[in-house]
Amino acid sequence: MTSSNRMSRRDFIKVTIGAIGGVMGVLLGVPVVGYLLQPAFRKQAAEAWIPIGKLEAFTIGIPSPFSFTRTKVNGWERTATSYGGFVLRRSEDPKEILILSSRCTHLSCRVNWNEAAQGYLCPCHDAKFSIEGEVLSGPPPEPLERYNEFKVDEDGNLLIFFEEA
Amino acid sequence: MWRKLYAWLEDRLGLEEIYKATLDRPEPKGNWWNTLGSASLFLFLLQGVTGIFLTVYYTPSPDHAYDSIQYIMNDVAFGWLIRGIHHWGSTLMVIVVFVHMVRVFVTASYKYPRELTWIFGVGLLLLTLGMGFTGYLLPWNQRSYWATEVGTRIAGSVPLIGDSILRVLRGGPDLSALTLQRFFSGHIWIIPALLAAVIGVHLYLVMRHGESHFPDKDD
Repeated sequence: MTSSNRMSRRDFIKVTIGAIGGVMGVLLGVPVVGYLLQPAFRKQAAEAWIPIGKLEAFTIGIPSPFSFTRTKVNGWERTATSYGGFVLRRSEDPKEILILSSRCTHLSCRVNWNEAAQGYLCPCHDAKFSIEGEVLSGPPPEPLERYNEFKVDEDGNLLIFFEEA
Repeated sequence: MWRKLYAWLEDRLGLEEIYKATLDRPEPKGNWWNTLGSASLFLFLLQGVTGIFLTVYYTPSPDHAYDSIQYIMNDVAFGWLIRGIHHWGSTLMVIVVFVHMVRVFVTASYKYPRELTWIFGVGLLLLTLGMGFTGYLLPWNQRSYWATEVGTRIAGSVPLIGDSILRVLRGGPDLSALTLQRFFSGHIWIIPALLAAVIGVHLYLVMRHGESHFPDKDD
């Protein structure tokens, strides 16, 4: 070293290696943290408008069944869950529609519309619901769930608003 | 404060002794060809770290191996980067290890007293190739499947014991889920453990004998 305010060769190399190492550490460290954490905080769309059929295809006055499938994606695993329900058009008015879920509120069996009984019957424990979804007999604690938010688009498709429970 | 802490640690760990024994040794005049061993070691560590991160998402099952890699490449943040480094790093490691061997051969550094360093080094080259061979199957795409089909058949062409070698490699007569699982196990546990152990011996020998004199006109 010729004078005290000049950096020695050794110190220069030390500082340079430290600086380059630091930059490399950050450049590699940030991606690694993102790589490990990102899937943990990913949000899945839990709600959607789902088309269930042409409005004109549903007969007025009689509950007609519909069904749809939602697929959940977790990484490379896809889980499909099917849902179903009944559409009851009370009149020509596209606002006068009652849409019920076919999931029994007792133990989640699928109820079916029975024309002769004029009610929804559950095959598991003989529960009976009225055409409005009210419990008439059997173990269910609550009436059938309703899809209250629905709309008809310009092509005449009936859509329901679905929210994951 | 730091000086006190360092002195406390130094007193108990003997850091300076470790430094003197491992790194503080005389070197022949600087030569870039002599850095290839360190480069190989660095690549081994890099492959180890990126490989550990890849196991966070990779699944060694025929049902999910391909999909899990698609997930790493397309969905996970920086998954493409981690896998890219591992993928290209593997090729680079084979090249660097090979060039390192060529350098040792050309400068005749394998001669007395470094014969064992050379022999363990050959073991390291073979283990590195083994890492490449086992890792190639793991993406479970067409290329890796058929490369392994061919590779295990080549091993199976050995006279007399060939069929047994093929069965041991595949875990049966067919290339199957068992093959994928044992290649995975070999790739992340068995071969790396052997590599680490042999690297330890190789480095000990390098430290013990120091680096060889670079040949000049008189040699």
